[in-house]
Amino acid sequence: MLDFPRWKVLSIWGIILFGILLSIPSLMPKQMAEEQYPGFLPSARISLGLDLAGGSYLLLEADEPDAAKQRLQAMEDTIQTELRRNEPRVRIGDVSTSDGRVSFMVRDPAQVDEAVERLRAITQPVALTGRRDWDVAVVDSTRVTVTPTEEGARAAISDAMTVARDVVRRRIDPSGTKEITVRTSGEKRVEVMVPGVEDPEALKDLIGQTARLEFKLVDMSADPALVAQGRAPAGSEVLPMADGTASIAVQRRVMVSGDQLVDAKQAFDQDGNPTVSITFNAAGARRFGRVTQENVNKPFAIILDGQVLSAPNINEPILGGQAQIMGNFTVDSANQLAIALSSGKLPVKLNVIEERTVSADLGKDSIEKGVLASVVATALVLLYMLVTYGRFGVYANMALVVNAFLILGVMAVFNASLTLPGIAGFVLTIGAAVDANVLINERIREEQRRGRKTLDAIESGYKEASTAIFDANITNTIAAVIMLYFGSGPIRGFAVVLLIGIITSVYTAVNFTRMLVGLWVRKARPKTLEI
Amino acid sequence: MKLLKLVPDNTNIDFMRWRKVAIVITMSLAVASLIFTAYRGLNLGIDFVGGQVVQAEFEKPVDIEELRGNVARLGLADASIQEFGSPTTFQIRLPIPDGDEGAANKVVSDLRAGLEQAYPGVDVGSGQSVSGNVSEELAMDGALSLLFAMIGIATYIWFRFEWQFGVGALATLFHDISLLLGFFAWTQLQVDLNIVAAFLTVVGYTLNDTVVIYDRIRENLRKYRKMGIVELINFSLNETLSRTITTSVALLLAIGALLLLGPEVIFGLTIAIFLGLFIGTYSSIYISAPILVMTGVTPDSFVHDDAPAVGPARPGGAA
Repeated sequence: MLDFPRWKVLSIWGIILFGILLSIPSLMPKQMAEEQYPGFLPSARISLGLDLAGGSYLLLEADEPDAAKQRLQAMEDTIQTELRRNEPRVRIGDVSTSDGRVSFMVRDPAQVDEAVERLRAITQPVALTGRRDWDVAVVDSTRVTVTPTEEGARAAISDAMTVARDVVRRRIDPSGTKEITVRTSGEKRVEVMVPGVEDPEALKDLIGQTARLEFKLVDMSADPALVAQGRAPAGSEVLPMADGTASIAVQRRVMVSGDQLVDAKQAFDQDGNPTVSITFNAAGARRFGRVTQENVNKPFAIILDGQVLSAPNINEPILGGQAQIMGNFTVDSANQLAIALSSGKLPVKLNVIEERTVSADLGKDSIEKGVLASVVATALVLLYMLVTYGRFGVYANMALVVNAFLILGVMAVFNASLTLPGIAGFVLTIGAAVDANVLINERIREEQRRGRKTLDAIESGYKEASTAIFDANITNTIAAVIMLYFGSGPIRGFAVVLLIGIITSVYTAVNFTRMLVGLWVRKARPKTLEI
Repeated sequence: MKLLKLVPDNTNIDFMRWRKVAIVITMSLAVASLIFTAYRGLNLGIDFVGGQVVQAEFEKPVDIEELRGNVARLGLADASIQEFGSPTTFQIRLPIPDGDEGAANKVVSDLRAGLEQAYPGVDVGSGQSVSGNVSEELAMDGALSLLFAMIGIATYIWFRFEWQFGVGALATLFHDISLLLGFFAWTQLQVDLNIVAAFLTVVGYTLNDTVVIYDRIRENLRKYRKMGIVELINFSLNETLSRTITTSVALLLAIGALLLLGPEVIFGLTIAIFLGLFIGTYSSIYISAPILVMTGVTPDSFVHDDAPAVGPARPGGAA
């Protein structure tokens, strides 16, 4: 048990040195680690959680009713294009949405089957569920209904969230240089972590806009009195003005949409008012040119997220693919809109359901106090071990110090971030790592009292203590794994440190100290043990 | 060098002599504190009930009553205000208003503007807001993780030892968690996600102590087949006493440092672990061990483990 062949000694030292090496980048100031640390050595660092670094955490959730509404609207358009324009044409009545399904009449009963078949062909199977994303059915022999399936809705949200994640990232960090984290969480959520930002309102404004930009013709035939009541002629709809002053009737048909943008910038008009200048791609530019050419001297509504920003008159055809959006902008709001437009529209509206912001000052204060407490705690424990177990206390202490480095090193490798509860977990692990050594050393004391010889006492001390160490650490592992699985935020930060600490502390307390003791016993051949 | 020994060699305390008194008194206390918790209620943080919290740091110490008056004048009558670590830092908690996100944002920006006007130089930097849905999920996750941790560990102990030990572990956990809950209900310290982490840690360490003692009892049950169970438990407790005390002192030193010097934000977490250490050390001696006497553990409980040497194994093993 206490005989350590050379290869074993070397491999234990090797593992420990490797662990310490992994922890070094995290202990250096960031700039030094990046610039002066040799490149061939591991460079992963522990990142600080937002509660220590300061910054904002946002949890965003897809607005499901909004997503469902958008999907139904898109389906309306698809049905019209498919049946009215593609050959052979199917003569159908108005396509309308009610009770969460799209429906329409087929004028000629002989064409009902044709309509159903064509629509079924455009529905998609949803992976792993064996169902399609829409149900197409016939009611009352000539009315066709198209209903979204639950599986289809869920798959659509899940797809939308992947796109939303990328859009959110582009909006917060257009240059792609900041250390932000944006990731999907579950089926319908996106987590955003931005270190250093202290104004979450600006952040929320950036993400809050869906930025669905549409250009539609104003319906001049609408009766102003009816529009005021919210009623519009067939083929048109009533939309509110963004400044809340009035409503306006516009044609349902989208002339050009924001999907065809390639760029958007904040600019100023002749009078010095902030505007957003947009550039269309080739197809968008052609379309925009044609529409403006056909509708000179008619007003054109610029619609953002269902609200009319402005409805300027088309004075002349706009052919270059460049246009200016006017509205009641400030420089800031024009800038935000420009970012939102150029990063693409969000496929679904996102609501902020959880928000945590920690000011950098508070974070700094927490780190200073946390580090001080950790150092004092470690020092007290080291001193206590020394006065309790003497030489064996020194070995235990070496194991403790090595353990601290190993925890940092392993955390760095896994890219774990250190949070406040994590610091508490760290201190606790140091305290608990002591337990394994206490169990061993107490057992050696006992075995010696029972009259065993030096070497024998040490050997059975390690052997007999090992089952208790094993069982005790398994119970802690169970607690930590459950925290990791069910826990959220702070609980996980705590559990990660605890779990890593359990593993490294058992390794250092059992293997490392036994090797130190073994080497000493072989060299010094002590007759009695001071323990 | 003279080494420190907190527990002298050959200590022989008759712990089990008071086992009935102890288990009756503290188990009743645990039940009472559970009832008290249900009656008084816990001061649940926004993590579990939703709402908004902002931290305001003032340049000079501020009178809390005056601050309450100023905040109430902003039309935020539902705000609850607490000192947060120092007389210059306060935590202001608000319910999330009905309506959309905009309404919630407005409340916070009103508060910020109002405070900045009344107290120039104030820093309203940190804040949290948790919606009703999320808080329900967090509460559910917290409760589930506590429950599953308890069940998971008790099951493990049942498999590694015998069913009596599993029962003992569960009773110990019930005792410790109930007393801790009672403490939080009594002091009305805020219960947030950190506190759940603290509770889980206490669960882990209480059982750590219990398992070490159980391990020794099992070992002695195999060694001293003729010894009476009460005597054997006393013997085992005394043998492990030095370890119990030494480890507890080491942990207390570590947590004590965190409690006195650590940041205000984790005070709830550290105080819960600090208390849990005392309760856990006590309960591993006076709850987990006596339960073994009550459920009738005998040397025969482990006979099947080394069956071939002793004779035919008894079916089922456990008494």
